[in-house]
Amino acid sequence: MSNVELLPALLVVVPILAAAVPIALGLKVDRNGWSVAAITCTALFAGAAYLAAVVYGYLGDGGRVVHSLGGYDRQYGIELVADELSAMIVLLVAATSAGVLAFTRVGGPRGNTFYSGWLLLTGGLLGLSMTGDVFNMFVFLEIVGLGTYALISSGDGPESAVAALKYLILGTVGASIYLIGVGFLFMATGTLNMIELSTAIPETAGYDHTLVRAAFAFIFVGFAIKVAQWPLHTWQPDAYQHAPDGVTPLIAALVSTVSAYALARLMYTVFTPEFLQVTPYAAEVVVTVGAVSVLAGSTLAVIQQDVKRMFAYSSVAQFGLIVAAYGLVNETALIGAIVHLVGHGLMKAGLFVAAGIVALGYGARTVDEYAGLAQHRPVVAASTALLLIALIGIPPSVGFVGKWYIAVGAVEAQVWPVAAVIFLSTMLTLAYSARLLEKMYFTPAAPAEAPHAAGVATDGNGLSRVTIGMLVLVVAAALIAVALGFAGDLFFELLEPFVEEVFTDV
Amino acid sequence: MIEILASRYAYALMFALLAIGLYMMIANENLVKKLIGVNLFQTAIFLFFVAVAYVEGGSAPIVEADPDAGAQLVASPLPHVIVLTAIVVGVALTAVGLALVVRIYSEYGTLREDTLREVRSDE
Repeated sequence: MSNVELLPALLVVVPILAAAVPIALGLKVDRNGWSVAAITCTALFAGAAYLAAVVYGYLGDGGRVVHSLGGYDRQYGIELVADELSAMIVLLVAATSAGVLAFTRVGGPRGNTFYSGWLLLTGGLLGLSMTGDVFNMFVFLEIVGLGTYALISSGDGPESAVAALKYLILGTVGASIYLIGVGFLFMATGTLNMIELSTAIPETAGYDHTLVRAAFAFIFVGFAIKVAQWPLHTWQPDAYQHAPDGVTPLIAALVSTVSAYALARLMYTVFTPEFLQVTPYAAEVVVTVGAVSVLAGSTLAVIQQDVKRMFAYSSVAQFGLIVAAYGLVNETALIGAIVHLVGHGLMKAGLFVAAGIVALGYGARTVDEYAGLAQHRPVVAASTALLLIALIGIPPSVGFVGKWYIAVGAVEAQVWPVAAVIFLSTMLTLAYSARLLEKMYFTPAAPAEAPHAAGVATDGNGLSRVTIGMLVLVVAAALIAVALGFAGDLFFELLEPFVEEVFTDV
Repeated sequence: MIEILASRYAYALMFALLAIGLYMMIANENLVKKLIGVNLFQTAIFLFFVAVAYVEGGSAPIVEADPDAGAQLVASPLPHVIVLTAIVVGVALTAVGLALVVRIYSEYGTLREDTLREVRSDE
C-alpha cells in the first residue's frame, strides 16, 4: 500500500479525531478551538489537493485511489474511493471549510465545542464524498447531519434551536428512508459495495426487479429531503436563515452539495444509466421533481425580504436544476450538473460570507436595509454583485458554464421542457438578484431608515469586526467564480474518465 | 392479498410501525413526542433489517471449529452488524434532539409546537 492510498482514510479520520482536541485542550487553554480547526483544515486542504493531483494525473499516472479499510477485500470490507468525481468534491469541501474558517475567526460563534462540531462536519462530508459503500454512506450522512444540527443551533437566538430541531426531524426521516432503500438493495443483491452493486443489480436481480425499483424510489425520496427538493425543502430556508453567519456559508456550500453528489454517485455508479433507461419513468420523475423545484424555489426567492432566506430559496432552485440534469441521463448534462454543483457551492459560500459581513459591519439583513451599501462598503458590494451575476449565469462565470452544459444536455436528450425551465429560472434569478443589486447601487441609504447607525451605536464594536481576512475571502470567492467560467474545457477534461466509464455500455 | 400479508407479516408490522412513527412526527404537537416518533420510525427500520436477515431454519452465524461439519444454513450476519451501527447513530441523534428540546424549553418555556408558533409570531 503506497502512501497515496492512505490519504482517503486520513482525510476522514484526521478531522474526526481532531474534533475531540478542542474539548480536551479546553480543560487547560481557553479559546483554542479556532487554531486547532485552522491547522486541521489547512492540512486537510493540502491533503485534498495532493489527492486530486494524483487522481487527475498531475502526479504519477492518474486514476482512482482506493483505500480498503483494514485491508479487507471489497466483497467483505469497506472501501474509500477517490475517483475523478469524488476528488473534485473533496477538494471543494476542504477548500470551503478552510476558507470559511477565516470568517469565524472574528465573526462566528466562538468556543471550543463549536469548532469540534465544525471538524466533525468536515470529516463527515469528506467521508460522504469518498465512501464506496452504500451503508457507510448512511452513517456519514448522519454524521454530517449531527454536525449540521449542532452548528445551526450554535446561534445566539432561540430561533436557531427551533430551526435545528426541524432540520433534525426532517433530516432523520430522509436518512432513514434512504436506509430502507439500502435494505431493499441488500435484499435484492446481497452486497453493499457500490461497484459490486453496479454489476450485481443487472446480474442477480435485473433492472426490472421490484425490489430494485423500490430501492431507487426510497433512495431518491430520501435524498430529495437531504438535497432540499420542493416540496421537501422546508427545513432549508429556516436552517440557513437562523444559523449563525459563520455557519451558513459552510452548510449552504457543502451539506446539500455533498448530498447531491451522493445522489449522483448512487444514480450513476450504483444504478447505472442503463437502469434509468430501462425504467424511463424513474428518470422522468427525477426530471420533474428537479424542474418543479427550480420554478418553486426561484419564485419563492423572489418574494423574500430576508437576504439569507432569499439565498436559501435560491439554493432550492439551483439544486433542482442539478437534480433535473441527473434525470436527463446523458454525458453533457451530467458534466453540467457537476460543474454547477461545484460552482454553486463556491458562489453560495461567497454570497453567504458577504451576507455575514454586511450583517456584522452594516447591520443589514433584509433587502431594503441593503440600500446604499455600495457607497459604504464598495468591496463587499462589488463582490456580492459579481457573485450574483455569476449566479444568474451571465458569462464568463461558472454559473454560466454549468447552466450551459445542462441546457445543451437537455437539448441533446430532447427534453425541451428542461431547457425552458432553465431559461425561466434564469429570468427569476435575475429578478431577485436585480432587487438586491438595485438596492445596493441605486438606492441611497436614507438616514432615518439606515439600521446600521443605531446598530453601531449600541453595539460599539459593530464596524470594527469586519476583518481583512473576511474581505479577502469574499473577493477570492467572486474572482474564482469568474475565473472558473473560463475553465469549462478543464472540467470536461478532468471528468471525462469518470463520465466515459459510466456511459460505456449505453 | 391476505396470503401475501400472512406470509410476510413481519414486513407488514414493520411498515405499520413506520407509519405510526411518521404520524407521531407530523400530528403530535409535543416536541418530545415528536422525537419519540422519530425513534419509532428508526426502530421500525432496524426491525426491517432483522427481518431481512432471517433465514428459515438458519442457525447463528458462527463458523464451526470442525471443518468437516459441512455447509450449514446460517442467518446473514451483515444486517445485524448494520443495525448495531444504526442504533448507535440513532442514540446520538436522540441525544442531540433532546438537547435541542431542552434549549427550546428554556428559551420559550413551552414544549408544544402550537404555543411555540404563537410565541414566535408575537415577536
